[in-house]
Amino acid sequence: MLELKNVQTFYGNIQALKGISLQIAEGEIVTLIGANGAGKTTTLMSVCGIVPPRAGEIYFEGQPIHHMPANKIVSLGICQVPEGRRIFPYLTVLENLDMGAFLRNDKAEIKRDLDYVFSLFPILAERRNQAGGTLSGGEQQMLAISRALMARPRLLLLDEPSLGLAPLVVKQIFEIIRKVNSENKTTIFLVEQNANLALKVAHRGYVMENGKITMTDTAANLMANEEVRKAYLGI
Amino acid sequence: MDFEYFFELFLGGLTRGSIYALLALGYTMVYGIIQLINFAHGEIYMIGAFTALIVAGVLTLMGWNQVAILVIASIAAVVYSSAYGFTAEKIAYKPLRNAPRLSALISAIGVSLFLQNYVLLAQTSDFLPFPNLIPEFEFLKPVEHIVRSSEIVIYLTTAIVMVALTILIKFTRIGKAMRATAQDQQMAMLVGVDVDRVISVTFIIGSATAALGGVLIASHIGQINFYIGFIAGIKAFVAAVLGGIGSMPGAVLGSLVLGWTESFFTGYISSDYEDVFAFIFLVLILIFRPSGILGRKDTDKV
Repeated sequence: MLELKNVQTFYGNIQALKGISLQIAEGEIVTLIGANGAGKTTTLMSVCGIVPPRAGEIYFEGQPIHHMPANKIVSLGICQVPEGRRIFPYLTVLENLDMGAFLRNDKAEIKRDLDYVFSLFPILAERRNQAGGTLSGGEQQMLAISRALMARPRLLLLDEPSLGLAPLVVKQIFEIIRKVNSENKTTIFLVEQNANLALKVAHRGYVMENGKITMTDTAANLMANEEVRKAYLGI
Repeated sequence: MDFEYFFELFLGGLTRGSIYALLALGYTMVYGIIQLINFAHGEIYMIGAFTALIVAGVLTLMGWNQVAILVIASIAAVVYSSAYGFTAEKIAYKPLRNAPRLSALISAIGVSLFLQNYVLLAQTSDFLPFPNLIPEFEFLKPVEHIVRSSEIVIYLTTAIVMVALTILIKFTRIGKAMRATAQDQQMAMLVGVDVDRVISVTFIIGSATAALGGVLIASHIGQINFYIGFIAGIKAFVAAVLGGIGSMPGAVLGSLVLGWTESFFTGYISSDYEDVFAFIFLVLILIFRPSGILGRKDTDKV
């Protein structure tokens, strides 16, 4: 479904991605784990067209997207929940969700999806007229995921959804991620520093170091791998 | 106290404030979206006035009636100024979008100087008489010495523009996209907003309201030259900062406050120091309330 071939991305003269290649098949949950500064967020931003790669190719369902503007990429069905949630702080919860459905015109279906995300996160329904910036961190993460779901993504990119959240909230959010994948058949690309958590929910994983992919395997094998255990699982 | 004199100053201030508001809206919208103080904004207003002058001149020769001339000259001014605003953004600001903010600011000053000198060369440095395009209303005859028809038209136009913009921002699709872009440009891109288009639309709307202001004030005062945009632009910028730059109600409120301040100070103290009062007011606001009357403190983006 998504394929990166030797993607190289720069910030000015600094090369953040030194030739990334990876594949994600339809219906999978694939995780990308690695330390701070390894280039995980940059990988997602390159896929979304926010920081377009300088070299290499990105294909979505066979179609090259590495030269597409960000809004076109979204319209193909790729949605990102960025690191730090990035809620529109002065829009209400409802307006934030509405922005998620910005490219859609099917009013009745949008309404249905709104009810669906409210069923996933009932707290958002209670807070629907509150400004996004006034929500707690956990609620904002729920809103960020819901906003992305409102676009009916075929591929959902999640950047550090566990960051800075209480363990109970993290657990709830990861249950929803699994549910969205199994019920809606949404393909999920999950970037996490919390490798333990990510490998538990994912089918396959990639390990990233200094802008390069260093390892790839099924989640279970990575979990059992001696190096991964030492470097990322703290065991 | 002479009440009639007070009322006259009040209306005079309202007229100034309304014109400042038409300009300040453009400043504040552009700032809200791309954090750029568009110093060329006053020149767009000046170009609007010149366009109207030329169109009105031609139509007068052709013997059209006054109202038709006013409408067509205003439309021409709006279209022409919008084209200038749109083009200036594409040429002078867009390539600098990822550069430090100071670069775009300097570029804006460059555009301002360029447009001033372009009009100076293409037209003349002298003041040109501007025809009164606004018809005299019969019902205003008894109070003509207090409020003129042109002032009534200015109040009405500003009010209509404000209401229309509020509706646009609050309820339309492009308005939502504008608000989202103002709050987090990258996130707006991630939900599928075409940010380039939003920025272009913002420049077009700002230029259009500035052009309307230019036509109306030129018609009211009766003369224009290439330099009118500069001082009006600075004043409108003061008004936008006063109200809280980035806030649309703030821009209108700041404009009215500035208009009244100037009007009352010049009326009761001295007309020699008109600009001094405006800038003293700006200094005081910046010292005691840097974010402006309705401005919100910048929240750090996470």
